[in-house]
Amino acid sequence: MATPCSSSRLRYLIHLAHDNVDFRLPEIKALLALRGKPFHPCENFNEQSPFWCLEGLSEEDVRSVMARSVCAKSAFELWGHGQTDGNLRSSLLNYPPQSMSPFMHKDSTYRINVYTFNKTLQFQDRIKKIDALDYLPFEGTVSLKTPQHIFCLLEDYGTDPNNIPEDPNYIYFGRWIADGQRELIRTHSVKNRHFIGNTSMDAGLSLIMTNHAKVKENDLIFDPFVGTGSLLVACSHFGAYVCGTDIDYNTIHGKGRSSRKNQKWRGPDENIRANLRQYGTEKMFVDVMVSDASKPVWRNAALFDAIITDPPYGIRESTRKTGSYKENTKLPDCTYVESHVPVSQAYHLSDIFTDLLNFSAHHLVLGGRLVYWLPIYRPEYCDEMVPVHPCLQIISNCEQMLSSQTSRRLITMEKVKEPEESDIIAHLSDPHFSAYQGHNAFREKYFSGLNKRCGKEDTKYFNKN
Amino acid sequence: MKLLTHNMLTSHVKGVTKGYPLLIKATEVKVNQLDFNPQFVSRMIPKLEWGALVQAAEDLGYRQDLPGELIADYEQNEEFLKKVHRVLLEVEVMEGCLKCPESGREFPITKGIPNMLLNEDDA
Repeated sequence: MATPCSSSRLRYLIHLAHDNVDFRLPEIKALLALRGKPFHPCENFNEQSPFWCLEGLSEEDVRSVMARSVCAKSAFELWGHGQTDGNLRSSLLNYPPQSMSPFMHKDSTYRINVYTFNKTLQFQDRIKKIDALDYLPFEGTVSLKTPQHIFCLLEDYGTDPNNIPEDPNYIYFGRWIADGQRELIRTHSVKNRHFIGNTSMDAGLSLIMTNHAKVKENDLIFDPFVGTGSLLVACSHFGAYVCGTDIDYNTIHGKGRSSRKNQKWRGPDENIRANLRQYGTEKMFVDVMVSDASKPVWRNAALFDAIITDPPYGIRESTRKTGSYKENTKLPDCTYVESHVPVSQAYHLSDIFTDLLNFSAHHLVLGGRLVYWLPIYRPEYCDEMVPVHPCLQIISNCEQMLSSQTSRRLITMEKVKEPEESDIIAHLSDPHFSAYQGHNAFREKYFSGLNKRCGKEDTKYFNKN
Repeated sequence: MKLLTHNMLTSHVKGVTKGYPLLIKATEVKVNQLDFNPQFVSRMIPKLEWGALVQAAEDLGYRQDLPGELIADYEQNEEFLKKVHRVLLEVEVMEGCLKCPESGREFPITKGIPNMLLNEDDA
């Protein structure tokens, strides 16, 4: 990034939050794809860095990405950058004055922020950094409270907290454009949510999944393992209509034991619809049903713009489908009563994923995305274990660690063609996939991994969700 | 259950070949006022089985004067889209059941939520 930017091509700097690092690039790419824009990083791009410099975009593109992103904190129009104060200065002085002047004329008000990554500066040091920018032609008045324009000096001190350099590795200066949607992680926190369950997906990851799925206004989204509807909450926030199914009658009807401490039973209005109402998106609610994801209850047509789900892995929620191992189990009388609970049987993980991919191939619109979590026993993982389907192209595969031995991967796939007769998943014979065969195969490995290292932290993680 | 959902559901009783559309036997129907969104309704119309929607609306007494055949240029016809909006999203079956047209198997709807689970002998 030594060469200063040319006048014709504006560059934008995106400052990303330093958590869920693996999920950031697919999120930003998906949000750019929603605008029909490619991801064009500048030279020396480093995915692990909290600062990404992008080109080939308009300010409108950047604003629309920031209106959705939960991985990005802020975006700036990049005016100058360099490894040292001297480099920054020459880079800034190279920036065309006519591009600066609309934001610096004498009737304008402004403020300058100093942001440091991996280092905390004293107040007077920040002031010194600002004073050192006096070579810039600021003519307006400083206004700390209500500035028209905000500028930011961003310094990158690397990512190693045990080895913080004296001087920054890299410095950026730019005009602030927009903040991302990090605030949603707090406002949508499951802590304050009306209806939750043991495995409710946390707000940040739900929103990230929604972004990976390229969910947009007026889409119709489906979650076949809907649970308490965390993913529907996230999708409805971005203007999509939502529906879901779950095999658990009590969850769908909001009955049974509460997942909250100090509360034994669920209240009368604890359900998915009430969750959407809490966030003002009840109008996006279509329906939820009690249904078995392994059964074809949907008419065979491309109905959904995206399918987003967190299937049960058999760790905190059992995997089951209706049906019995016994042959010919006849009920004494053929009346269908609401209270009848059909016998359920184990739902092999490999079948869950096979069914999910086949279902998506048939029920997604062309270009629609499937986003789901795949549990991983890390010592045995290889990329070939991720289920494939001839109609679905893998877009991204991001890991979230759960323990030293286990993790889950967020898999994003896009439907690239309509299924034909021949497109049945063939991977079941693939030895890589055997990790998910046998009902409890993953569960047993998961717990064996846990037991090897006393495991307290790991269970805590699951409880957090 | 909204009629949009009904339009997408089919019977999955074992051996059934003509499981669509499911018949609606409603004992309680509610109409919820909902923001009219012409873009969404226009997007959904090509995905619908139009005949099944009109029949379901007729059965519940909310057909208004929706035609048996889908009209052309519906995107520009706000009055038409409003009627479709009403039957797709505002009319809700609260109590009753969905009946498989071939096997006669019934799927109960309670508190607006269909239960599509089959007993072990029909699955």
